[in-house]
Amino acid sequence: MTSAPLLEAKGITKRFGTLLANDAVDLVVQPGEIHALLGENGAGKSTLVKILYGSLEPTAGQIVWKGKEVRLKDPAEARKLGIGMVFQHFSLFDSMTVVENIALALPNGQKMAELSRRIEQVSAEYGLPLKANSLVADLSVGERQRIEIVRCLLQDPQLIIMDEPTSVLTPQEAELLFKTLLRLAGEGRSILYISHRLEEVKRICDTATILRHGKLVAHCTPSEETASSLASLMVGSSVKSVQRDKVDFTDAPVLMRLDHLDLPASGPFAVELKGISLDLKGGEVVAIAGVAGNGQSELFDAISGERATAPDAVIIDDQSVGNKSITVRRKLGAAFVPEERLSHAVVPSLRLSENVLLTRHGSEEPSMMHKGVFIKRTKSGKIGQRIAENFDIRKGEPDPHAGSLSGGNLQKFVVGREIDRSPSVLIVSQPTWGVDAGAAALIRQALIDLAREGSAVLVISQDLDEIFEIADRIAVINKGTLSEAKPVEDMSLEKIGLLMGGVHGDDGSIDIPSVQSNAGAAEAGGSNAA
Amino acid sequence: MDFADALLVSIVTASTPLLLAAIGELVVERSGVLNLGVEGMMIMGAVCAFATSLTTGNPYLGILAGILGGAAMSLLFAFLTLGLVANQYATGLALSLLGLGFSGMIGENYVGTPGVKLPTLDIPVLSDLPVVGDALFNQDILFYIAILLVFFVSWLLFKSRWGLILRAVGENHNSAHALGYNVNRVRLYSVLFGGVCSGLSGAYLSLVYTNLWIENMTAGRGWIALALVVFASWLPWRTIAGAYLFGAVLILQFHAQGAGWEVPSQLLSALPYLATIVALVFISRNRTVARVNTPSCLGQSFVPDR
Repeated sequence: MTSAPLLEAKGITKRFGTLLANDAVDLVVQPGEIHALLGENGAGKSTLVKILYGSLEPTAGQIVWKGKEVRLKDPAEARKLGIGMVFQHFSLFDSMTVVENIALALPNGQKMAELSRRIEQVSAEYGLPLKANSLVADLSVGERQRIEIVRCLLQDPQLIIMDEPTSVLTPQEAELLFKTLLRLAGEGRSILYISHRLEEVKRICDTATILRHGKLVAHCTPSEETASSLASLMVGSSVKSVQRDKVDFTDAPVLMRLDHLDLPASGPFAVELKGISLDLKGGEVVAIAGVAGNGQSELFDAISGERATAPDAVIIDDQSVGNKSITVRRKLGAAFVPEERLSHAVVPSLRLSENVLLTRHGSEEPSMMHKGVFIKRTKSGKIGQRIAENFDIRKGEPDPHAGSLSGGNLQKFVVGREIDRSPSVLIVSQPTWGVDAGAAALIRQALIDLAREGSAVLVISQDLDEIFEIADRIAVINKGTLSEAKPVEDMSLEKIGLLMGGVHGDDGSIDIPSVQSNAGAAEAGGSNAA
Repeated sequence: MDFADALLVSIVTASTPLLLAAIGELVVERSGVLNLGVEGMMIMGAVCAFATSLTTGNPYLGILAGILGGAAMSLLFAFLTLGLVANQYATGLALSLLGLGFSGMIGENYVGTPGVKLPTLDIPVLSDLPVVGDALFNQDILFYIAILLVFFVSWLLFKSRWGLILRAVGENHNSAHALGYNVNRVRLYSVLFGGVCSGLSGAYLSLVYTNLWIENMTAGRGWIALALVVFASWLPWRTIAGAYLFGAVLILQFHAQGAGWEVPSQLLSALPYLATIVALVFISRNRTVARVNTPSCLGQSFVPDR
């Protein structure tokens, strides 16, 4: 591959206000290669590919396509040149059909009927079965990604940019994707592959470019590196790995029990929970795996009390609380960390000490209120200070607004706020989503430590590496039902993938490649930044 | 003309302004913008149309002025909500209040003056049909425009590429932007279209319905038009059904009052609005249809990250 490069980006710089998202980044993509773009969250990967796809304009730098300098003023320009993109957060329209979604990304003048035929033909050819007239809202996440890929392929692109494509897939669906990618590369197309999953990068990528804090740190060949050497290039220092000792839970007390929990769907596109049962014992970490949108948020809402269920469906500390408020549950020793930190877990415009009050006003002993009305500010301030010290929260002032903290620091605060209470039951949803590797390791260790002190911890996560790193038992949620929680030793990526529903929308016409049980997953987990 | 004939004609007359305003607002909302200023755009259309037709003696110039009045108001709305990213709800409410006040000022000198009537266009043969002949085929140009607009909007939204883009923008503006569409430009055109339709609706009120200028003469029709869009669950054809249903209730309460029913007249006058509420309750029960057609980005401002 010494021919002229397909794409050369030179000195790409992008400034958002005071933030330098890309600082003189160089990137070279050869024809027919799978090129990995690696970096932690916030390293500038997404900014760089948005520039290459024409949806952002660089502050400085030049893009050379097939030896000619080009200026990409919008995505249509990029598509005309032969650059296609598969988005991480899909750019799809839920209430429209597959063919309508695809037509939107193609130039005008296509007959819908003819386009439908081409979609079904191309999708079958590449083993990505799709029906042109299905409504996107009815499709699984994996099927939605196929729409993006087929949409991209119909433009006959020479360069396909993929942003974190496997983060939403079951392991089986990921295998299918890898096959498609290798085939595309075999056809002479290049793929720019963004990921933080180092094992898969090592497996399928020919070359890699690594970014850190917006700067280029290395070009390398992934197959010649180890997962941990790649990780330290990404992070800049080695990340402490999480310590977990084996414990026997057979005699441990059950601290929370879900007993045939049913919850009707809240709308036509929402998920119904059906007969979910789970015992949570003191001392253990139980993880619930699953592809996004299979009932995780509904389950969290039911356990935390945001939505009421039958009284006996949720039992905390031997009391039926299914129809009780969140404060009652907190008083029984339960604590909850919801998924969206900015929109759900904190009020961004309030100070940390005030946010402490939001979850602890009713459960704290002695009370944080004078006569139940006036706030004891010194007390909440002290607690905020203590959380900041124990969880290494870096902040510019003693008691900043929650919204001014970085994602990782805010997540440490949100988790720390609950752990600081020493709850007997802790329910956490996506504990390290969008958090840098250092903060993720700290949070995971804190969860394990809390459990080993006798509390029960339930983690709802889509990150399988994280789950294998911290969980004692693993259950899988799929279409609103929960599989039996099995000890981590009895689980493999392949088993979890099958429980997640394997390959969605498969009518049996494609063979599902076998997945190698990935023992390296746990060890590479420390470098997992998202 | 017998009673049934006359009844039908009066129902059509009461329904047409609702239909015009609703079909315009439907397009606006499909693009993700909620313009609560329909009432204000309508009344500005009404006063501009009335004043111009009276001054020039030409009702068609009046219609043009009505269009311009409604369009000008919608451009003000677009400038505030799309340009300056003001809150759509608050801006829409302000637009309604502004229109009501400003039109009163413009129209001060015309109160009580009879206006120029918009002539009817008799469609030969068809207009001689029994019962429906007069109501459907011996009408003024605005009635025909209203019906054609429903055809046009239905084709635009579901058969044309523009409509696909417009719906995409209303469904998920971030995705539309990522694909390279100019979200706020699409919305600007939609809002302008809504203004034109509201202006036509107002022109109909002052040139056909009353043929007089009366302050606050829209009397809440703009709000009914907004409710009709929800009633129609954002589907163009259903606005016809909705508009005629409400037009019928509006007329029947007059007849009920005329027939001397032992019901307080205030209660009868409230009937169309009660009917609106009842209809909205029933329509929102079928969540699936509502959800699929409801523009997901309705009422949300979009600021590109470029």
